[in-house]
Amino acid sequence: MRLFQSRDLQLSQQSSVWIIPHERKMAFTFAAFCYMLALLLTAALIFFAIWHIIAFDELKTDYKNPIDQCNTLNPLVLPEYLIHVFFCVMFLCATEWLTLGLNMPLLAYHIWRYMSRPVMSGPGLYDPTTIMNADILAYCQKEGWCKLAFYLLSFFYYLYGMIYVLVSS
Amino acid sequence: MSTQGYANPNSAGNNYSMNSSQNGGGAAATAAPAAPAAPCQNGPGQTYPAMYPASSYYSSALPAAYPTVAGHNAPPAGKTPVSSTGYSGNYYQNSSGPSPCPAPPRTHQYSTSNAPVQSFQQTAPYAMPAGYYRQTYSHPSQGQPQPQPQQLQPSLVPASSGNNLNAPLYPIVSYPSAPGSSQYGTLRSSQTAAEQLPVSTGMPLTQSSLQQYSQGIGTTPTPAHLGYGAPPLSQTATVNGQSNAVQQHYNQNLHNPMSHHYAAAPPISQSPDKERPPSGTPGTSVHSSPRHHPGGDSSSTTTGSASPVPNSYESVEGGGYSDLAAPPTSVPAKQAPPFGYNYPTMHPAYQQNPAPRPDSSPSHGGYNPPGYQPYSQPFPSLSELSSALGGLGGVSELEAETLRPVNLLQERNILPPKHAPPPEPNLSNDLRKVNCSPDTFRCTLTNIPQTQALLNKARLPLGLLLHPFRDLTQLPVITSNTIVRCRSCRTYINPFVSFLDQRRWKCNLCYRVNDVPDEFMYNPVTRSYGEPHKRPEVQNSTVEFIASSDYMLRPPQPAVYLFVLDVSHNAVESGYLNVFCQSLLDNLEKLPGDTRTRIGFVTFDSTVHFYNLQEGLSQPQMLLVSDIDDVFIPTHDNLLVNLKESKELVKDLLNALPGMFTHTRETQSALGPALQAAYKLMCPTGGRVSVFQTQLPTLGAGLLQSREDPNLRSSTKNVQHLGPATDFYKKLALDCSGQQIGVDLFLLSSQYSDLASLACVSKYSAGSVFYYPSFHHVHNTAQSQKFQKDLQRYLTRKIGFEAVMRIRCTKGLSIHTFHGNFFVRSTDLLSLANVNPDSGFAVQMSIEESLADTSLACFQAALLYTSSKGKRRIRVHTLCLPVVSQLSEVFAGADIQAITCLLANMAIDRSISSSLSDARDALVNAVVDCLTAYRANGSNIQPSGLITPAALRLFPLYVLALLKQKALRTGTSTRLDERVFSMCELKSQPLLQIMRMAHPDLYRIDNMTEQAALHLNDSVIPQPPLLQLTAEKLTREGAFLMDCGSVMFLWVGKCCNETFIRDVLGYPNYASLPSNMTEIPELQTMYSERTRAFISWLLESRTFHPAFHVIKDDTSAKTSFFQHLVEDRTESAFSYYEFLLHIQQQMSK
Repeated sequence: MRLFQSRDLQLSQQSSVWIIPHERKMAFTFAAFCYMLALLLTAALIFFAIWHIIAFDELKTDYKNPIDQCNTLNPLVLPEYLIHVFFCVMFLCATEWLTLGLNMPLLAYHIWRYMSRPVMSGPGLYDPTTIMNADILAYCQKEGWCKLAFYLLSFFYYLYGMIYVLVSS
Repeated sequence: MSTQGYANPNSAGNNYSMNSSQNGGGAAATAAPAAPAAPCQNGPGQTYPAMYPASSYYSSALPAAYPTVAGHNAPPAGKTPVSSTGYSGNYYQNSSGPSPCPAPPRTHQYSTSNAPVQSFQQTAPYAMPAGYYRQTYSHPSQGQPQPQPQQLQPSLVPASSGNNLNAPLYPIVSYPSAPGSSQYGTLRSSQTAAEQLPVSTGMPLTQSSLQQYSQGIGTTPTPAHLGYGAPPLSQTATVNGQSNAVQQHYNQNLHNPMSHHYAAAPPISQSPDKERPPSGTPGTSVHSSPRHHPGGDSSSTTTGSASPVPNSYESVEGGGYSDLAAPPTSVPAKQAPPFGYNYPTMHPAYQQNPAPRPDSSPSHGGYNPPGYQPYSQPFPSLSELSSALGGLGGVSELEAETLRPVNLLQERNILPPKHAPPPEPNLSNDLRKVNCSPDTFRCTLTNIPQTQALLNKARLPLGLLLHPFRDLTQLPVITSNTIVRCRSCRTYINPFVSFLDQRRWKCNLCYRVNDVPDEFMYNPVTRSYGEPHKRPEVQNSTVEFIASSDYMLRPPQPAVYLFVLDVSHNAVESGYLNVFCQSLLDNLEKLPGDTRTRIGFVTFDSTVHFYNLQEGLSQPQMLLVSDIDDVFIPTHDNLLVNLKESKELVKDLLNALPGMFTHTRETQSALGPALQAAYKLMCPTGGRVSVFQTQLPTLGAGLLQSREDPNLRSSTKNVQHLGPATDFYKKLALDCSGQQIGVDLFLLSSQYSDLASLACVSKYSAGSVFYYPSFHHVHNTAQSQKFQKDLQRYLTRKIGFEAVMRIRCTKGLSIHTFHGNFFVRSTDLLSLANVNPDSGFAVQMSIEESLADTSLACFQAALLYTSSKGKRRIRVHTLCLPVVSQLSEVFAGADIQAITCLLANMAIDRSISSSLSDARDALVNAVVDCLTAYRANGSNIQPSGLITPAALRLFPLYVLALLKQKALRTGTSTRLDERVFSMCELKSQPLLQIMRMAHPDLYRIDNMTEQAALHLNDSVIPQPPLLQLTAEKLTREGAFLMDCGSVMFLWVGKCCNETFIRDVLGYPNYASLPSNMTEIPELQTMYSERTRAFISWLLESRTFHPAFHVIKDDTSAKTSFFQHLVEDRTESAFSYYEFLLHIQQQMSK
């Protein structure tokens, strides 16, 4: 539900974005573009997070084979991280220091997480032999919820940031 | 319905008497009560005898027949008279004698049957079957694959015939006057009718006689009793499978008597059975084995037969439920004190009085080690007495004992002089008797805390230690059409469920109320109907079911063995090929399997070689694949061949193999490609791959580099490279696991081979790892001998294929982590490609919901596997423990050995995922936290000293021992492979083996006396006391035996008694002792015999023979002995006393 709402919001805001500049002659700056891009990408990340949560919930309750589950989850890890890195770089270029600062902790966490992954030949984080350990399972679930919350908050923040940039410039 | 029957013991008795006495009479009687029903029954009954499908009998016939039975178990009884033959009666006695049937209310029934029974016993032929039974029974006891299908079927036969037998047990209301009764008999199988005769011989057939009997019975129950109790046969209850032979016995014996009888009593039996051949001759034909068998089959499907456990039934039943309404579980946990009972599995020695305990602290003068006290009472009668007293203080006394504060700094001799039995859960006697054996199933806390908060307060780990596929001497095997399970949580029915009434049972894990299926009402052991709570499933916490096709994803696989052998220069040099080939040749016949068994060989150096063993070839054909980057299978047929068909070729190959590579110059090893090839080869079937590797893999996929820096072996800092270097082996193992292939790894290497990486291939495919450091067939004979003995056990031990194990526990508890070799497929499901009887598992539990509304917590481990004979089987273990709400009770129930093992498993996980020093700190913290928690809890404790509850007094010692293990020690030079192997062992061995590894047993054996010796059979086994592991206990004048599980040391002091050296070791004096003795010679002296008796007694329960070293005091080898003296200080580790001080210091922080 929430997702759909946010999507609606996004659409309506986008339409307003296009209307407003014409009327008030606002400049469509690079920073605004970054925020827009981040907005879209964050929506994608939200889907990633939800997928992640569902997958681990299935692992815990349903009798899904951990090998299959890891095989579906592992290819998604790097894209998620890269998307996040990508708009962080964009913010860096746009010199949006505050926004970049807010994203730094997650960026650092991602780097740490990937550095400390188990020995694996392929990309990814999750090892089917340890994933069923209750501690790891709980950790991954918690991680999923935290990320979802973070992405949702940042979604609205980007929305705000975008409007702010557009209005103030 | 059946309850009514129970309520009316008298009537039942009467009926019974009639039945037993005469078929005809009995039948008539039954008919009378259910007059209207009688005709109906006749119809079905007639048809049935012909078809003899037991299943239909139950399902379809029952509805009609049973109601008519008028609520007593009458119908079966009524039928019985006709069908019940002497044979059946006889049989019944044999098998059921020990069984619970002689419940109090029914006793008089027996009296009626008494006469016939006695006559039976006296007959010579019967005695033979009994003996037969025993012998056959021994099969299962050896832990070997259960008898083949056909054998099983026969066992069922008794069950079907047992229906007839029901009659004796649950006499129907039989009215002698009713002539129609005979028709009732028709329902019974025809065979039985023939056999009735023997019974009838004892008794007059006339109705009047019947009446007399019934009356007589009612009045004089006692004689019957005696007769009943008398038969020794009863103890030898039938075991599955074996009964077949037995039955034939019966037939033969009965033959003559039957025919005679027929002549005499034809009217009765004939009239009911139209289908049956009317004449006496038919009787003989009936008995002929072919007919028997079909009957057996059908019966099996319907009724489900169980092979009773021989002796246990008697004891189990001892309490006898006089009332059906009182199911075992309903007894409150605390009613019976855990006092003065006999611990069933312990050696008699354990029942002896506690050894005198050196009393260091006068204040505790009266102290006995808690473990002993309960067992010190020699007579079972006492236990009965105490149970009769109810829960008066027994519990509290025991608890007080285990809670008695012990000041470790003052009490020096805390080690009990004998092995302490594991703490016994504080349950009622009934429950305790049926509870799972602690060797199989153990919990770290025998009192389960109610909430996670309470558990956290105690700071003790909660977990289970399992040895599920252990070789058992007694195992009830149940063949049943429907395996009764809870409908919501799928728990197997077990002794701890409660029966709400005859028709419903309440699951003890999820509390759902389930229906009792019809066929479960019939008890194949007592051959009685309406006693679901006396079924073997409900009387034994360890049972095995023969599973139906519902439990198969595919047809059961055959036993398939593939051997992957390293034949590089290094391997040939070490000479293991000779030993291996010889062992396999010797044991080729004993490989578990059936006619479908398949075998194959792959060898590898820098290439991979396959062997075509197709039947008909004149000699084995070697196929060489040199493309190791993309290894392929040269031919898909004939690489895995049927062992029976190609046995000669296999033998040829094994004879030729050691010589084939003697001059090889190939030093490379392509293990990875060889494993890939093995995987491809085994894919279609699954099975077991045994890999023999002697060096680091250097070619192809999965190649490894040396990661060990010898200079860091004794570093006190962190140890690196405990985890795998590549995930190749892990992925391969997961693939294998998915295809039901188990990989066992034998590493025989003198150099670093990166076991940390290689072991993954076994870890995740449920295999086992064997490691023989510096193996050489000439230079290291001890290792070579051990390899040979291990192989012998490895090749012949039982094996289960395509197995899964699920562990269920009471609602509110959940599984946190598994430890062992397997792949975790779901939160409570382990996938085991192979399961072997020597692997143990550990499970960490957590409490998710409060258990406040229950007094008992149960755990059930169900292992579903395919036996080597291609049978799908389910082995179910159930453990029941009380739930407590007080912290002190949690401490009182702590099982220190189990806690130590679980902690060891957790520490190893930690050392791999984090670091070794973290793991060591965690271990120390475990002790500190626990003792702090105890101190915070107890108010009456003096502030000084290090106080523990008596139940936990060995905790610091065991943790110190763990810290000095190869796996976890620092500062002492330890090769990385040995360390990793030690970790593998700690994770996959059963509890007892881990305890011996961690804290070896030390005995002084040069002065053993007969005092307090065990007398088993005709041998005398001295019982020297356990010594503390400190050099203080050693003297130069003595000889000491240290038992470390997988290795034994005999340390001989410099001034050791010369008679001991001469008589036991066979050398004139100390100086002439060689420094590399690896066995004790068999000398004909009393000393030698006594010593060997003691050592073989130690080895008795062990499956793998330990390596044996005789160590002289002055050789360099003595360091390997002294490193096990864990209470002593080493240059890098605390002594025990220092460790205690360290803990105390940590606690005061």
